[in-house]
Amino acid sequence: MKSRSGFRNGALVLGLAFLYMPILSMVVFSFNNSRLVTVWDSANSPTLTWYRKLFANEQILDAAFLSLQIAAMTATGAVILGTLAGLALVRFGAFRGRAMLSTMTTAPLVMPEVITGLSLLLLFVALEQLTGWPEGRGIMTITIAHITLAMAYVTVVVRSRLVGFDDSLEEAALDLGAKPLTVFFRITLPLITPALVSGWLLAFTLSWDDVVISQFVSGPNSTTLPMVIFSKARLGVSPDINALATILVLIVATGVVLSTLYMKHEEKRRLREEQMARSGN
Amino acid sequence: MAEKTIDRSQEYVRIESVTKRFGDFVAVDNVSLNIYKGEIFCLLGGSGCGKTTLLRMLAGFEAPTSGRILIDGQDMASTPPYERPVNMMFQSYALFPHMSVERNVAFGLEQEGLTKAEVSNRVADMLDIVKLGEFARRKPHQLSGGQRQRVALARALVKRPKILLLDEPLGALDKKLREHTQFELINLQERLGVTFVVVTHDQEEAMTLATRIGVMNKGQIVQVGTPTDIYEFPNSRFVADFIGSVNIFEGQLIEDEPGHVRIRCPELDTTVFVSHGISSAPDAKVSVAIRPEKIEMTRGAPEGAENLTRGIVKEIAYMGDMSVYLVKLDSGRMVRVTIPNVERHADERIVWDEAVHLSWHASSPVVLSQ
Repeated sequence: MKSRSGFRNGALVLGLAFLYMPILSMVVFSFNNSRLVTVWDSANSPTLTWYRKLFANEQILDAAFLSLQIAAMTATGAVILGTLAGLALVRFGAFRGRAMLSTMTTAPLVMPEVITGLSLLLLFVALEQLTGWPEGRGIMTITIAHITLAMAYVTVVVRSRLVGFDDSLEEAALDLGAKPLTVFFRITLPLITPALVSGWLLAFTLSWDDVVISQFVSGPNSTTLPMVIFSKARLGVSPDINALATILVLIVATGVVLSTLYMKHEEKRRLREEQMARSGN
Repeated sequence: MAEKTIDRSQEYVRIESVTKRFGDFVAVDNVSLNIYKGEIFCLLGGSGCGKTTLLRMLAGFEAPTSGRILIDGQDMASTPPYERPVNMMFQSYALFPHMSVERNVAFGLEQEGLTKAEVSNRVADMLDIVKLGEFARRKPHQLSGGQRQRVALARALVKRPKILLLDEPLGALDKKLREHTQFELINLQERLGVTFVVVTHDQEEAMTLATRIGVMNKGQIVQVGTPTDIYEFPNSRFVADFIGSVNIFEGQLIEDEPGHVRIRCPELDTTVFVSHGISSAPDAKVSVAIRPEKIEMTRGAPEGAENLTRGIVKEIAYMGDMSVYLVKLDSGRMVRVTIPNVERHADERIVWDEAVHLSWHASSPVVLSQ
């Protein structure tokens, strides 16, 4: 018994270390005073030098803002298109081309990003030659490319929510005199909102950390944050990247912790209320 | 329940040779049916008999493949569900989980473009009727099964529909609550005067609720009648067997008079004398159905030579209010007999392996030609 729990704890520690040591070391080194990333300057550390330098670095701040914009637009666009695709696949029964649409919307999930990026680049170039649009490559082409990828994920999320959706809720609303459009906005949409929110967040994250596709379809003056980090790292990691990454980790961690706490709280409340309902009759 | 006076001159729902096909499968097969104003009409049948499809056609969720449905004289063919003067209570209740009880009940009225004040008045009145006033602000998941059922009922009734469709209204409740709710439903129906069309697979539920029952089998209506008609005068083996339990014996008509018939039943080891005439060809093979509670079981032999047979008690199931006996006849045939437990002490009761005489009144057997 004793040795088994010892083994279990050991496995847990090793597993956590495997996952979080790299991040932890990055966080630690972001407070290092030395310009050499791997040498700990114990005399002057910890220090906030690199954080100060980071916030003075226009290039990084611009890239971060650009990435934020693209991610927000991507997420919104992908949710709208993904919801429509999900609805079409689940609700419209067997229409002509349903199987193809089903495969095509989810194809980007398995397609290597390099291929997606390359094909989109070729498409944009050809389109520009033919119609004059899009003019060059930049924020617009990156967003479109990201939507192509993210929409597939949103479709999957929305679709699974709709499959588990109780159709009689919509029928009940129709039966009570609501026209189909009212039913959609007052019943269907509010009930699939959780799926839309998680789809939006998923799309946002996908866009936020995408390098490969962005590389292909970006132009001058449209360098996203991951691209900046990537190119900087290739020139040699500078400690302000550590600082930037630490801030990102902090934001993500806060978000995860808060949402977990919220969900736990909601779950408890729901259980309590259900128990109350049962005993109250 | 007491027979109510229902105006049979006024057809409220008229179903004219309605057929519904799903691909090759015929869900509803050429059904014609009239339902009168103020009735509680039960469609009763096993799963897959087409009762729910018929109900969904009344609500407008399915369109008949052929035939017509008229409600209060109006053809419903081109009327979408949201414009029909009917409302439905769903089996799952289909309460909107993101709305409070109040909002759920108000939803239907809001679609009619009533003023806010009128909506909230009618919602409050309806919630009082179903005794849910104090739960108005709760969400559906904060309610018990019985309360949810009442919200679903209130939500449908607040629209003042001409017809309320109920799909297995008591299916999700436990037995005690079900009995209580049955009577509440009847009271509510009498109070509001709405015509109910109920779909159920539970014959007991149909018997208690209905003014008339339509028994369905394989997409067809096999018999329509009051609960008494259906129970006492089933028109086919299927109905006799489906409603309650019954002993069915094969036999041959040997005497067919307008006032009575005689049937030879080798299985029963006796001739069956039935004190009412039937319409059938002589010598025809027939079935005789006798309900278990209409058979008398005695130790001593009763007088007479007909409607009388002998056997040995093989099984006894004590149910509290009554006991079910399985008696093996000399022919080897098992017969089911139920005896109410009138007296409390068990000394007098017939026990296992006792030889008994079974007899029945000449008016009890039902002769079925199908």
